[in-house]
Amino acid sequence: MATSGAASRRPGAASAQAEPPVVELRDIVKTYGRVVALNGVSMAVRAGEVMCLLGDNGAGKSTLIKVLSGVITATSGEVLLRGQPVRFDSPREAQRHGIATVHQHLAIQPLMSVTRNFFLGREPTVGWGPFRRLDMAKARRVAVAEMGRMGIDVRDADQAVGTMSGGERQCVAISRAVYFGAEVLILDEPTAALGVRQAGVVLRYVAQARARGLAVILITHNVHHAYPVADAFTILRRGTSYGTFVKSEVTREEVLRMMSGTEELDALEAELEEFALADQERPGGGGEGR
Amino acid sequence: MAAPRKPRDERLRQVGRLRRFLSRPETGAVAGAIIIFVFFSIVAGDKGFLASRGIRSWLEVSAQLGIIGLGATLLMIGGQFDLSVGSMIAAAGMLFLLPVVVFGWPIPLALVVVFLFAAGVGFVNGTIVNRTGLPSFIVTLAFLFILRGLTLGITRAVTGSTQVSVRAFIGTVDGVVTGADARAVLQETVFGRMFSFEWLGLPASVWWWLGLTLLAAYLLLRTPFGNWIFAVGGNPEAARNAGVPVELVRVLLFMGTAFCASILALLQVFDLGSADVTRGTLKEFEAIIVAVIGGTLLTGGYGTAVGAVFGALIFGMTSQGIFIARWNTDWFRVFLGALLLVAVIFNNYIRKRATEAS
Ligand SMILES: Nc1ncnc2c1ncn2[C@@H]1O[C@H](COP(=O)(O)OP(=O)(O)OP(=O)(O)O)[C@@H](O)[C@H]1O
Ligand SMILES: [Mg+2]
Repeated sequence: MATSGAASRRPGAASAQAEPPVVELRDIVKTYGRVVALNGVSMAVRAGEVMCLLGDNGAGKSTLIKVLSGVITATSGEVLLRGQPVRFDSPREAQRHGIATVHQHLAIQPLMSVTRNFFLGREPTVGWGPFRRLDMAKARRVAVAEMGRMGIDVRDADQAVGTMSGGERQCVAISRAVYFGAEVLILDEPTAALGVRQAGVVLRYVAQARARGLAVILITHNVHHAYPVADAFTILRRGTSYGTFVKSEVTREEVLRMMSGTEELDALEAELEEFALADQERPGGGGEGR
Repeated sequence: MAAPRKPRDERLRQVGRLRRFLSRPETGAVAGAIIIFVFFSIVAGDKGFLASRGIRSWLEVSAQLGIIGLGATLLMIGGQFDLSVGSMIAAAGMLFLLPVVVFGWPIPLALVVVFLFAAGVGFVNGTIVNRTGLPSFIVTLAFLFILRGLTLGITRAVTGSTQVSVRAFIGTVDGVVTGADARAVLQETVFGRMFSFEWLGLPASVWWWLGLTLLAAYLLLRTPFGNWIFAVGGNPEAARNAGVPVELVRVLLFMGTAFCASILALLQVFDLGSADVTRGTLKEFEAIIVAVIGGTLLTGGYGTAVGAVFGALIFGMTSQGIFIARWNTDWFRVFLGALLLVAVIFNNYIRKRATEAS
């Protein structure tokens, strides 16, 4: 495994090299008072590429994608869209540039209906000028259809989202991001609350988005979800980038090690072995007794 | 999760059941209004509750409360309170009549100034809440005192009194010399007619109430902005992440409450021909009560404009009904307090059903 240099390495497609990445983050620093959440992180994602963002709890993954989705502004550093520097002062501006995000802590309105949640901030309208009004018929139709594609049968599009299960709520957030994501799709631990089948649907969505030419950023702690769909991995550790790795260069095993840090994993393994030894040495054998 | 598979389509799974009544937060208020109407029809029907004068009187009281209750409802759905509404009623009334009567301003100019002032008050309230993150309860409580004090101070400094009446000044209103019939002169102006007309035997306030309610209901349910109001009150952070301009929505809602207070102030000024610094006292609480009885959640994110109509009707019918029945009106307060408690408990129950998936 090549960890030296920790420089970005790109997939070798010649055509992709010609045009700039869809999104690029350069030297992003984000501090909260004395807390340094990000300390100079760079990352670039091309069209039709799935970038998997990996790292421990508190590594700065969510902070990084919040900069990209306009939720927070970086203390310093640059965000480039197709080579052009941009600055998002609100999530609305990021959305205007075709960036759709599913946040780790759900952006859902429990008291509002599935339909109204689905289109919140991007409501379809009919009419013009002061007579512009919601196109509720279209909104209901689209929301029900999109949820159906995820395997959730919404019988009543006016049902309050608060009455749905956690995973179903997550599906509302994901299907809306997939529906609206035009350039960049960002998913922060989208599969955390999902059952096996819905998680499978989400991964298929990621693959479809890539096929449509979107740049996808996926954050997950589950290597079995990350490895099959990812084209490249960026590892964050304590607010800095440990490097970007193309999938062809690393095995699933190596990704798993990088996710939690090789040393820690080795130490953990050694520790667990010691437990096992201690168990064997105890009179009476294995740990089944109590 | 172990949801039972439907044989008709194995890929589809049933989502939790709909609770129909959830989509109708005003149900409680409608039922309450009907009960109270029937009750007073029985006990005070023969004393004039159902006579045209009686109906007119409780409709007018309801309308006045309904107008400010509407502003309070939209703002409360948006997650905030405005306690400066009562003081704003006095301030707007005085800001209109004093320059017209004492300085001889043309009425249109005074109206423009009043509405600009209302927009300014809403902007200041909303911006302070946005910038500081303080509860609007405290911020607007400060303006309850500031606005009332300013109105009192300026009025007394200019006129030496706490009241301004068109009758007290022999001057001109829009170039017409006024005197004993000053109120009629005031009402006969173009804008005077807008705020003091009568149609189908009902006063202007009732028609303003109706019109503003329709506007608010349309805004809430049929426009993107209405969608944003619910979202800003329900979960402001999620709303912001979804691309809703949360700060702007809040400022506009605070402008809305100040606007409604100004409309009520103008209706009163044109009706009575006077402005008084004590007007609107405690109206901020009555506006909130109307919103809550109408089914709007104190915690925001849920409510209707139509509910506020029935909340105001309950309030108006009860206060006038007790009066018409010639009961001791002291009991009205007791009833009102009890009603408020029942409404809040009922709304709280509904909110729980809505947020807890079962
Ligand atoms: N608003 C804030 N104020 C202060 N510190 C913050 C704030 N937001 C994040 N941090 C800090 O920044 C660091 C990175 O947080 P972040 O949420 O990006 O981690 P993460 O990689 O997404 O972790 P997880 O896997 O648990 O989601 C953490 O140490 C956190 O304490
Ligand atoms: Mg995170």
